[in-house]
Amino acid sequence: MASLEVTGLTKSFGPTHVLHGIDLAVEDGEMIVIVGASGCGKSTLLRIVAGLETATSGSIRIAGREVTALEPAERDIAMVFQNYALYPHMTVEQNMAYGLKIRGLPKAEIARRVAEAAGLLGIEALLTRRPRQLSGGQRQRVAMGRAIVREPKLFLFDEPLSNLDAKLRVQMRAEIRRLQRRLGVTSLFVTHDQTEAMTLGDRLVVMHAGHAAQIATPMEIWARPADTYVAGFIGSPAMNFLSGTLVEGGHAVALKAGPVLRFADGPRAGGAGRPLTIGIRPEHMDLAEGGIPMPLDLVEPLGSETVLHGKLPSGEALVVKLAGPAPDAPSLPVAFPAAALHVFDGETGKRLDP
Amino acid sequence: MRKTVFKGTALPLLLLAPQLVITAIFFLWPAGAAIWQSLLQEDPWGMSSQFVGIRNFTEVLAEPEWRGAAYNTLIFSTAVAVLAMGTALFLAVQADKSIRGANIYRTLLIWPYAVAPAVAAVLWLFLFHPSIGLVGRALNEAGIAWDYKLNGNQAMLLIIVAAAWKQVSYNFIFFLAGLQSIPRAVLEAAAIDGAKPVRRFWTIILPLLSPTAFFLLVVNLVYAFFDTFGVIHALTGGGPGKATETLIYKVYVEGVQNVNLGSSSAQSVILMILVIALTAVQFRFIERKVHY
Repeated sequence: MASLEVTGLTKSFGPTHVLHGIDLAVEDGEMIVIVGASGCGKSTLLRIVAGLETATSGSIRIAGREVTALEPAERDIAMVFQNYALYPHMTVEQNMAYGLKIRGLPKAEIARRVAEAAGLLGIEALLTRRPRQLSGGQRQRVAMGRAIVREPKLFLFDEPLSNLDAKLRVQMRAEIRRLQRRLGVTSLFVTHDQTEAMTLGDRLVVMHAGHAAQIATPMEIWARPADTYVAGFIGSPAMNFLSGTLVEGGHAVALKAGPVLRFADGPRAGGAGRPLTIGIRPEHMDLAEGGIPMPLDLVEPLGSETVLHGKLPSGEALVVKLAGPAPDAPSLPVAFPAAALHVFDGETGKRLDP
Repeated sequence: MRKTVFKGTALPLLLLAPQLVITAIFFLWPAGAAIWQSLLQEDPWGMSSQFVGIRNFTEVLAEPEWRGAAYNTLIFSTAVAVLAMGTALFLAVQADKSIRGANIYRTLLIWPYAVAPAVAAVLWLFLFHPSIGLVGRALNEAGIAWDYKLNGNQAMLLIIVAAAWKQVSYNFIFFLAGLQSIPRAVLEAAAIDGAKPVRRFWTIILPLLSPTAFFLLVVNLVYAFFDTFGVIHALTGGGPGKATETLIYKVYVEGVQNVNLGSSSAQSVILMILVIALTAVQFRFIERKVHY
């Protein structure tokens, strides 16, 4: 158990820059989820921390020790791979014991640790089987077990749940979280799934095109996304974005769609006409008499809630999530509650606070 | 897959005919003839023949010369298999690394397979001939008495090396394919588990290659049994004495030089049985044991 510090980390494959200076400080026992679309560099970041790739520049410190130039074996880490990467020719027990044997632990100690991890994961009955005789969920547990027995300073998870079916994924997700809390091991978890990210992480790193777009707690990212990318990535259905311009005095925005909305939290800097992007989450939208009429082109009833897809008169698409069923009408008037608005710069996409 | 159902049997037979005819003329007929011949005793001019049952076999198995050839074959084929597979594995492991020009390197390593056995033998002859060979002369000048035409052990060594050299390419292709089919993540997991490259090789790579290795072992043994006739014939002609006479070479000596067709056929049939046994073992083993 240890802290992890990543400073100014960059990575290029030839002329392609994959990571542009990542800074990240992970505290002892913290679970950090690195989330982003495919190709954003999240796996590369994890692999560099593991030592499977070398950094182009920057440094990595585990428990205060500089490990940037060390082999994976010397970093005292354990990794759970997406396809589990179990040793196919070894039994479950041998798979778990492999790393310990290499470290030259006494036989009794190895047996004790394997038994303990197997008990923790409920795989005692599988110890003599080989990986190909196991289901996906069981392989996942064995991969976890192999990481746990090592008692490493750092756990690395590379999309470990994406090969599981939906139900098992939810179950394993909760299990990983409980286990990580219980063992208190500092962890990095890479995923492209925002639900996984929100539920697992103490803090999230939202990656975008090789940059860490935002590093914060899940709720903070949800409530105060740093830019339009983060805002659109986290939350389901995704946040609506509408373009508009700042009104004289900075107290309101004139939407391209028509209405002028007053900011609830104070004026934004800039002259009249400054281009803005206004974000509002579908679940914060209201239906209200006198709102903008929105013709619906799709209604998705999900039981407890209903998702409406429509187009504003400006041609901008809008998604509204309602609690309960929607009124049966071809067009509904929608309103934008002032308190739920997110204001972003229209050009850079960065969040604008009062 | 779409299944086509033919009406009647004439058309399917016609379509199969080329393959069936080739198999019958070039494989079944000679093999059948050899088996029949092995039960006959014939005079060298082919004027008369007499059915003698299994007497050819009992005589061959009792012959000290045949036993000597069997012993030579055992030494020769084991050495060829070990040398050819060991070298190929080493080269494959090197070629599997991401090195500059890996493709050229791989292509070059496959070339020897395209060289005809007799040509390969001549190549080795020009290298190791005691008076005209480059290496042969150098050895003699350096004070090492090298003459494979007089020294049986040296002759054996030479045909082993020449035969193995030709088989390295084939083994190399299979080992390389085997190495590349090992998931990268498994090796990375082993690296994170603390295994250094040498340990990774022995505990992860080699066990995962064992199905390939077993397949190659059988192929190499069959190669050493049968396909090395050209190399032996061109390099040593079975000599000096009978030092490099293997079973397949003895079949030739007995049948073509001594014109003892019955005995030669009986020896062929024994070899046939050996290779059938090897193949059967391979199929059973691969079906049962290979599980990754």
